[in-house]
Amino acid sequence: MFGSMVKSTGGHSAAISPVLRLSSFAIILANSTSLFAQNADNASGNLSQSTIVGLIVLVLAILTYGVLVFGDRLLQVSIKEIALEKGKPAEEIQKKYSLVPPLIPHREKELRKVISIKKGFDVYIKGRAEKKIRELKSASYAVKPIDFPGISPIPKLLVKEGDHVKAGDQLFFDRHRPDIKYVAPVSGEVAQIIRGEKRKVEEVVILADNKLEYRDFGKADPKSLSRKAIVEKLIESGTWPFLVQRPYGIVPNPADEPKMIYISAFNTAPLAPDYDFIMQGQDALFQKGIDVLNQLCAGKVHIGLNAKKTHASVFTGVEGATFHWFEGPHPTGNSGIQIHHIDPIKKDEVVWTIKPLDVLTIGRLFEEGRYNAERVVALAGCEVKEPQYYRTIQGASIENMVKENLLNDHVRYISGDVYTGKKIEANGHIGFSDDLVTVILEGDQYEIFGWLLPSYPRPSVSPTFLSYFFQGEELEVNTNMHGEERPFVVTGLYEQLLPIDTYPLHLFKAILTEDFERMEGLGIYELLEEDVALCEFACPSKSPLQKIMRQGLDMVREG
Amino acid sequence: MKKLLRQFFDNMEPKARKNKYLYTTFQAFHTFLFVPNHVTRNGSHIRDGMDIKRLMVHVVIAMQLALLFGMYNIGHWHYAAYGEYTGLAEGIIPKFLFGFFQLLPVIIVAHAVGLGIEFFFAANRGGEVEEGFLVTGMLIPLIMPPDLPLWMTALATAFAVILAKEAFGGTGQNILNVALASRVFVFFAYPTFISGDTCWITWDTNILHRLFGLGAKVAEYGPESSAVVQGFSGATPLGLAASGLQTGEKTLQGLDAITHQFSWWEMFFGFIPGSVGETSAFLIILGAVLLLVTRIASWRIMLSMFAGAVFVGLVFNFMGLNPFLQIPWYYQLVMGSFFFAMAFMATDPVTAAHTNQGKIVYGFMIGVMGMIIRVLNPAYPEGWMLAILLMNVFAPTFDHIFIQKNIKKRLARG
Repeated sequence: MFGSMVKSTGGHSAAISPVLRLSSFAIILANSTSLFAQNADNASGNLSQSTIVGLIVLVLAILTYGVLVFGDRLLQVSIKEIALEKGKPAEEIQKKYSLVPPLIPHREKELRKVISIKKGFDVYIKGRAEKKIRELKSASYAVKPIDFPGISPIPKLLVKEGDHVKAGDQLFFDRHRPDIKYVAPVSGEVAQIIRGEKRKVEEVVILADNKLEYRDFGKADPKSLSRKAIVEKLIESGTWPFLVQRPYGIVPNPADEPKMIYISAFNTAPLAPDYDFIMQGQDALFQKGIDVLNQLCAGKVHIGLNAKKTHASVFTGVEGATFHWFEGPHPTGNSGIQIHHIDPIKKDEVVWTIKPLDVLTIGRLFEEGRYNAERVVALAGCEVKEPQYYRTIQGASIENMVKENLLNDHVRYISGDVYTGKKIEANGHIGFSDDLVTVILEGDQYEIFGWLLPSYPRPSVSPTFLSYFFQGEELEVNTNMHGEERPFVVTGLYEQLLPIDTYPLHLFKAILTEDFERMEGLGIYELLEEDVALCEFACPSKSPLQKIMRQGLDMVREG
Repeated sequence: MKKLLRQFFDNMEPKARKNKYLYTTFQAFHTFLFVPNHVTRNGSHIRDGMDIKRLMVHVVIAMQLALLFGMYNIGHWHYAAYGEYTGLAEGIIPKFLFGFFQLLPVIIVAHAVGLGIEFFFAANRGGEVEEGFLVTGMLIPLIMPPDLPLWMTALATAFAVILAKEAFGGTGQNILNVALASRVFVFFAYPTFISGDTCWITWDTNILHRLFGLGAKVAEYGPESSAVVQGFSGATPLGLAASGLQTGEKTLQGLDAITHQFSWWEMFFGFIPGSVGETSAFLIILGAVLLLVTRIASWRIMLSMFAGAVFVGLVFNFMGLNPFLQIPWYYQLVMGSFFFAMAFMATDPVTAAHTNQGKIVYGFMIGVMGMIIRVLNPAYPEGWMLAILLMNVFAPTFDHIFIQKNIKKRLARG
């Protein structure tokens, strides 16, 4: 025991103890003040008195310190003994019950490279989903062509109202790209084909059977299949549209060779679901999905992880993928931002991205041999009474989720997050790849002098609002525009919110003036609407930036 | 109250829609009182609470301290010119009221003319009146001589709004700073009214002054009379630096001339003649701090402009070729309208450079050019107006350089 004490203090004697430093400083101070306060006559007498006092203080300090260190070592040793008996790890408990903090703080050597992103902004909204999962029974499920950017507004339908389909049966295809199939998530009767203006197809609604029938695509081990066979299976089963191509954000061309396939394992949008919670225990299925992706793009599957979080083994235990660690505010969780910091997309390169829950569905396809579209989605928002997670199937109606679960009637339902989600009705359906339903207040009230004296707290990136100085506080939000659309006035704002090495304002102006060279040169290939959504939120001129971005992307794709 | 107002506007709206000019006016007042009930239609479902109106109002707020002090200052120099209330602390209230009533017509005229023109153009365009003029309307009175004839102010405002703003498309699309365009108009069209030693003092009283019994005993002396207080010079420090001071036999030059009349602290706090808003460096700096804290003005422009001016000031001090160049750089900063130009003119986001690096070059060049024009050019007493307008024209070029760099970097990658 004494031996161990010597060992421990041996290391400490290298640095001068702060207690020692303080007491020696106190002595010098005592001496100097006594010196100043002296009369010359009594100099020597008072000097020795204060020195003695100082010495006594010093000795007492050293003794106290010594006792503390001794006691600390005894404590540590006994903790270790008890821990060994009980079979628990000793270090954590030792750290917790230490009397004397370590002199030189023990720094965890950073084993991994963390990319720290400074630009961006986090908005905190009330009504985060609680970590419990409930089963959701929905009568109807829908597939919406609008969920697939680039698809022609009137896809060619293979079913009509009244037809019966199985889960995995094809519903429609884009006549410009007839090889890509879009399938039904459940079996049942095609109840309704909702059309919008100019006969565009808005939704294909299916009334689900009580017991679901699945089309059989055959179980397989992805590692044993060729790339061609994998592509066939994905397309046939209707899971190919899970992949999103950058640039342009469209369904990728199977013949392309992507530079990489990227998965961001965390979502930083407000109220976004926690993938680690949703996917816990599904390690094998996720790994299978990763194996599939690896066959598509050998050895180039990348996963972006949140350095500020301890990820579940479902992500960290993956084999065959390269990990990247990020930390920072939204939009750090966006694939586009992460890709930019790893290996920016150049002209004529393509990157495919996919969301974690979609990888799970692909894994399930190969494991079970069928298109099992079940997933856990989060219901969140400031107007939800009990925000939580629901186990349901893609395209489910939110009717049963929100029935008697709202604090207010006049709300907006959003499939997706508040920045990039799509507005749906109270009996609307969740989008194809969405894993979040947000419900916020509809803000269609006038506010007197609202621009000068806001009558309720609202999220803002501007320090002219008090809420800026209370960041982290959850707010109630509504859909009010808080102003009118104006030309671009403020400059330098988008640069603070978009962590991409470019000039965002000039990119938008290049799109508006149809300047192709400038668009390309300023990085339109690297961006999608979701990356500039935060800029759109913050823009004081209320410019429709996501719409402009989509215009630009379509222009470059077609032009 | 709110309900009554809402009822009023709801009732008025269908009637207002009949005529586009009426509707634009209706919308302008409506959106001034109420933030509209519009909700997000596409894109992000939530929007920031900040909007352009709020942005502009904060700039106006930042100017208020300088404005209020300017009112007092007008009064002080009016009375002091006639030998009354010569001490700074004497007669604060009559001085302030004098300045208030002197400025009020100017503010009203500038706003009425400017907003009227803006309403007209906005209605023709079919859009809404934009709030950019809230700032310009407040800046114009602050940069004019206090007793500029009102018709001249109106003409200058009209010129600036039509030619420097609406001709380019309105708020957000102008190349030149609108307030400076109005001053430039007065400077070149009516130069005697805006240069010289006597233009910065208010000699006359107007109707409002006489109504409230304010103003020095002008009747006894008559305006601009030489029987005015002996030894009184209405010259600003800049005027003194440029042309020296006659004291009896001697002619003082440069720093001596300035320090004969004013101390550095007086110049810093603003107890000097000058245009209404520019004299008090201290209060302008407070306003600038507000703009910086609220991240409305760019610190890059302010800092680089400061650096540019100090740099040239130091170079001039080093060269020391004539008394004007010998004036220490810290005197140069508090003379004239340097801080006002830095805080409110150069930082106008629309006309400044848009890229962050461009802003640094832009601000620095303004600092350099402004000092050079002021000190080396005998024709222009103050250089900031021209320097800023010149750099407004160059700002897109600075941006272009940095954007091209970024583009080349990206293309070189791929």
